[in-house]
Amino acid sequence: MTYKIKRDAMEKPFALDVDTDSICQPPSSSTLLIDRTFRMFARLGVFVVLALVVALVLEIGVKAIPGIQKYGLDMLTGTVWDVGQQQFGILPAIWGTLYSSLIALLIGGFFGISMAIFLTQDFLPARLAAVFRTIVELLAAIPSVVYGLWGIFVVIPFIRPLTDVLNESFGWIPFFSSTLSGPGLLPAALVLAIMILPTIAAVSQDALRSVPLKTKQAAYGMGATHWEAILKVMVPTAATGIFGSLVLGLGRALGETMALAMLVGNSNQISLSLFAPANTLAALLALNFPEAGPNEIGVLMYAALVLMVITLMVNILGSMMIMYAQRGVKA
Amino acid sequence: MSSTMQQQATPDIQSATLVMDCKLDKIFYGNFLAVRDSHVPIEKNKITGFIGPSGCGKSTVLRSLNRMNDLVEGFRFDGYVQFLGQDVYGKGVDPVVVRRYIGMVFQQPNPFSMSIFDNVAFGLRLNRYKGDIGDRVKQALQGAALWDEVKDKLKVSGLALSGGQQQRLCIARAIATQPQVLLMDEPCSALDPIATRRVEELMVELKKDYTIALVTHNMQQATRVADTTAFFSVDISEGSRTGYLVEFGPTYQIFENPREKLTKDYISGQFS
Repeated sequence: MTYKIKRDAMEKPFALDVDTDSICQPPSSSTLLIDRTFRMFARLGVFVVLALVVALVLEIGVKAIPGIQKYGLDMLTGTVWDVGQQQFGILPAIWGTLYSSLIALLIGGFFGISMAIFLTQDFLPARLAAVFRTIVELLAAIPSVVYGLWGIFVVIPFIRPLTDVLNESFGWIPFFSSTLSGPGLLPAALVLAIMILPTIAAVSQDALRSVPLKTKQAAYGMGATHWEAILKVMVPTAATGIFGSLVLGLGRALGETMALAMLVGNSNQISLSLFAPANTLAALLALNFPEAGPNEIGVLMYAALVLMVITLMVNILGSMMIMYAQRGVKA
Repeated sequence: MSSTMQQQATPDIQSATLVMDCKLDKIFYGNFLAVRDSHVPIEKNKITGFIGPSGCGKSTVLRSLNRMNDLVEGFRFDGYVQFLGQDVYGKGVDPVVVRRYIGMVFQQPNPFSMSIFDNVAFGLRLNRYKGDIGDRVKQALQGAALWDEVKDKLKVSGLALSGGQQQRLCIARAIATQPQVLLMDEPCSALDPIATRRVEELMVELKKDYTIALVTHNMQQATRVADTTAFFSVDISEGSRTGYLVEFGPTYQIFENPREKLTKDYISGQFS
């Protein structure tokens, strides 16, 4: 068989003039067309997503400018929200957002990670574990408003007697310094914890499942017990992914709106008490937009920008901690 | 240690140099008979090599010796593994305890995702070692011929090392607790020839203090390091594949003067 360099080899490097009966052929022009088209669409997709994010941030940023110019930093430090008086302070809402999310993260994180360990570390027969996993994932499919209703009609009446006891006996502890009179921070945080649980459980499970079998065998080969293998090898090896699940869960908790608007009490006060009504940025936005005049729109956009910055900072901080944890590891 | 393993210890006087006496009548995975009728003695301070074609069950046998196979669903074992006079499969014996006395090095280097120091200290901490952990870690790394290469970066992740270094790290991790026996399951198959040579030299060095059982698919490796060799073959009948011991003896005898025709065919390369 003879190979001759094609005449247009200058344009197409390595295009050999192969005998037509050879099996080796360059990709056909239609294959190349499909390849290029696919690549183009993929690039377009990436670009569209990026453009959407930028457009969103710009839109909110621009609309927030009147609010920022008028109220500036006073809005971030102000504690009074009174539309009639044109006083707009969002510090209580920022506090409520962070406080409720952190408590939800504490509870949801504990149960989510425990669940992930339980479902991935050979405690259950594989089939049963799959059933449990599906049930946990179904929690993510329940609409937010249903969680809100459940919170109002089930959670609040259920925890109320307990909160009364805690307040009576341990009222001197700041966390229990008031009574629960319906909606409040604790029911909101509890429901929020259940809402972020599927995210944390699912992502942690993926992290634990991605620990190589050989690592698990190394642990057992050293004579580790089941729990030693889990706590000293499996969980530390999956720590980055588990941490990522917590960041994702926190991100979701910070932005959750409907259930919180129904459960948190929408009261602009800063209190350590778990039983006091509070407010969150997302709930504030949702409840105030329908009746907002031009001036309030600027204020609310400003608040939205603050919420976005908080969420963004949580994610950046999380990514940085993950990168810090992974330093020096190639594999 | 004997009291922690099992109550009724029956000291094996007749063969004081025998560390393990492994009688593997039947090893099942579910309904699949993986190994049958094999009897392998493992002598003190010697390297016992397990050779044979793929699927002959040599790894299965090795993993049965420290009950690693208990982690496999459907695993069943008939026979006994006498370890210093006690049956590893005896009633009420916790596999975890067995594995503390019989260390293992795997085919793929599998250091933990933690620092080099913590990798080696892992077993010491597991056994709640009260002495100077730093000292032991240094000794183990020296024993694994890795100390000079890593002494300045003990805090670096074990995963940042090269493949050969990772395998020696795993050896250091296994010998840090000074187990009675070291099981090595094709420890060089993922390594390049230079790293392989280093690990082989290390094995010969280690047998002064340890008893080693080595699975290898590399016959030259067996001739280079093994004192005694067990040749396994596989029975392919009725659609099943069952491994069994064909011949056991001093390595020179197995390779120079095999008694069985199967052994002869295999070592001369006439085995498909």
